[in-house]
Amino acid sequence: MPYSAELDVRVTDSSLRDGSHAIRHQFTHQNVRTIVAALDGAGVPVIEVTHGDGLGGSSFNYGFSAVPDQDLIATAVAAATQAKIAFLMLPGLGITEDIRQAADNGASVCRIATHCTEADISIQHFKVARGIGLETVGFLMMAHSQPPEVLAKQARIMADAGAQCVYVVDSAGALIMDGVSDRIAALVAELGDDAQVGFHGHENLGLGVANSVLAARAGAKQIDGSTRRFGAGAGNTPVEAFAAVTERLGIKTGIDTVKIIDAAEETVAPVLESNPPALDRLSLTMGYAGVYSSFLRHAEIQANKYGVSGAEILIEAGRRNLVGGQEDQLIEIAVGLAQRR
Amino acid sequence: MTALTRDDTVTKATAAIVGSGNIGTDLMYKLLRSDVIEPRWMIGVDPESPGLKRAADHGLTASAEGVDWLLASERPDLVFEATSAYVHRENAPKYAALGIQAVDLTPAALGPAVVPAVNLGQHTSAPNVSLITCGGQATIPIVYAVSRVVPVEYAEIVASVASPSAGPGTRANIDEFTKTTARGVETIGGARRGKAIIILNPAEPPMLMQDTIFCAIPAGADTDAIAASVKEIAADVSAYVPGYRLRTEPQFDDPAPTSGGRAGEQWARVAVFIEVEGAGDFLPPYSGNLDIMTAAATRVGEGFATRILAERA
Repeated sequence: MPYSAELDVRVTDSSLRDGSHAIRHQFTHQNVRTIVAALDGAGVPVIEVTHGDGLGGSSFNYGFSAVPDQDLIATAVAAATQAKIAFLMLPGLGITEDIRQAADNGASVCRIATHCTEADISIQHFKVARGIGLETVGFLMMAHSQPPEVLAKQARIMADAGAQCVYVVDSAGALIMDGVSDRIAALVAELGDDAQVGFHGHENLGLGVANSVLAARAGAKQIDGSTRRFGAGAGNTPVEAFAAVTERLGIKTGIDTVKIIDAAEETVAPVLESNPPALDRLSLTMGYAGVYSSFLRHAEIQANKYGVSGAEILIEAGRRNLVGGQEDQLIEIAVGLAQRR
Repeated sequence: MTALTRDDTVTKATAAIVGSGNIGTDLMYKLLRSDVIEPRWMIGVDPESPGLKRAADHGLTASAEGVDWLLASERPDLVFEATSAYVHRENAPKYAALGIQAVDLTPAALGPAVVPAVNLGQHTSAPNVSLITCGGQATIPIVYAVSRVVPVEYAEIVASVASPSAGPGTRANIDEFTKTTARGVETIGGARRGKAIIILNPAEPPMLMQDTIFCAIPAGADTDAIAASVKEIAADVSAYVPGYRLRTEPQFDDPAPTSGGRAGEQWARVAVFIEVEGAGDFLPPYSGNLDIMTAAATRVGEGFATRILAERA
C-alpha cells in the first residue's frame, strides 16, 4: 500500500488543481505557498497542484495559467514538509515529457485521467510514470455515465498498465449514494490486491461528503476533497467537513480536524475572492444533467458573450454527451443558441 | 501475374495499397473512382483478411504475401501505405530503392508532411510524403488560412473524435498524435507555436469528427479578411473531402487579461469550428477522421499520378 498502514483512507486535497477551474487558472506562487503550508500543517497527506485540466492545460481551450503549472509544482514541493505533491495529466492534452518534468520538479504522485471508457489511451503514460518511480493513480472521469461493470473493466486496463489506485471520478457531481457504493464495490472486486480504489466527488447535488463516506465503506482507500469546496462546479467534497465526519465515524484520515477547519477559514477562503464555488442554478444543473463540472466557468463566459442562458448551454452539453475536454463545443453551442433567438 | 504494358499505364498511374485493413479498404473505393490512378494490387499479411477478399472482388490482385512478394515481380507507380508506423519504416527503403513514390498514411513521418490544400504542389516529386494525422489534415488548412492574412503567434487545435473510430495504434501512442499534429500546425500551418489536443468521445450514436481551431491574432486584425480566407480554404478542402464544412461563422474575441500572450502583449483570437462527415465508402460516415485521411491520400496520389502521366506522355 503506498501510504501509512495507520490510516483507513488517504485524503488527497485538490484545491490547488480542481480549484484552478474556480479561479480560471490564476493561482500565484503566493497562493500555492500559503495553501500548501496550511494543508500540510493540518496533516493532509497528499496535495494536488496543477492547472485544472492537468499538465499542459494552459491553453485557449481551457484558459491560460497565470503561472506555469510546473513552476507551481516546484513551489508546492518546497512548501510541503510531510505532504506528497501530486499532479494531474490527461492523455491527449499532456504528454509524457510533462510527467518527467513534474517528477524533476519534485512531485511524487502522478494522477492520469481519461474519460471512463477510454482507459487504454493512458497505458503509455502509466508505464513512463512507474518507470521513473512515481506513485500512480488512474482517474476514470464522468463515472456516472457508465455502469459498474464497464468501469471495473476500464479500471483493470489502468491497473494492468501500472496504476496503483484507480478512482471513480464523479466529474459531473451526478452520482447519488448507492450509485457510488456500487461502482466502488465493482472496482474493489475487480482489482483485489492489484490496486487500491479511490473516489473523487463533486458537490453539484450536495452529496460530496455523504458519497465519500459511502465510498470508504464500500472499500475505497483514497478519497479526494478540496478544502472550502475549492473546485469546479459547486466544488469538491469539503475536506474539513469530511475530516470532521470521518473523525466522528471513527475512520482514520490522519487529518487534524480543528487545524483543517482553521486552514479552510483563514487561508483558503480568502483566495476564493468574490466568486466561491456555490450550489447555485448552473452547478446544480450540471449535477442534474450530468455535465462535466469544469464547464461551469466556460458556460458563464459564453453566456455573457452571446447573451444566452448558461443553463441552456449546459443542458445542451449534456444532451450532446460532451466529455471532459470539449470546452470548445460550448462556444459553438452558444453561437447556435444566439442564432435561434 | 499482370505484365505492365505501355497501354495501360498511359491513362492511369498504377497503385498498390499496402495494408488491407479498414483504412486500406476505404482508400481502395476512393481510388477505384479516380480518373488518374488505377489501384491494381492490395497487399496484406493475413490470407483471411476480409479486405483482401473485397479487393479481389473488385478486380485487384490481392496477396497476403506482403511487400516482398509485390516488389519481386511488380512495379507500381505508387504505393499507399496503410499499415503501421513500424511497418512503414521497414518498407519505405524498399520503395525508395525502386523509385516508387509512397504516400504514407501511418504516423511514421519519414517524408515531408503534406496537406493537399496547402502544400501538395511543392512535393509532387517527393519519394515519400507523410499525411501527418487526421487532426492535422482537418485543422492545418485553417491555421494556414489565418496565417496568410495575419501573423499567428500561436495556434491550438482541438480534435474530437468518436471513440469507435480511434484505432488501437492511435490509442497506444496518443502522444505521437499531439506532437506530430502540433508540429504540422507550425511547419505547414504557419503558426509560430502550435498545440494539439485530442478528445475521444464515446457517445452513441457516434459523433461526427469535430475540430476547433484557435489562432492568436494581433489586436485590430482585419476580421473580414480572416473570415474570407477561412471560407476559401474550407471550400478548397471540401473539393477533395466532400464532408468537410464549417459549423459556424469564425468567432472573434478581443484581447483580455486572461486571453494569453507573450511578454505583456495580449492576443485577440479567432475560433473556427469544423466538422468532417465521412463519405461512407467503407467506413461509417461518423469516421470523418479516417475519411479525411483516405481522401487526402487520394488527392496526393492524384497529384503524383498527374505528374507521372505528364512525364510519360
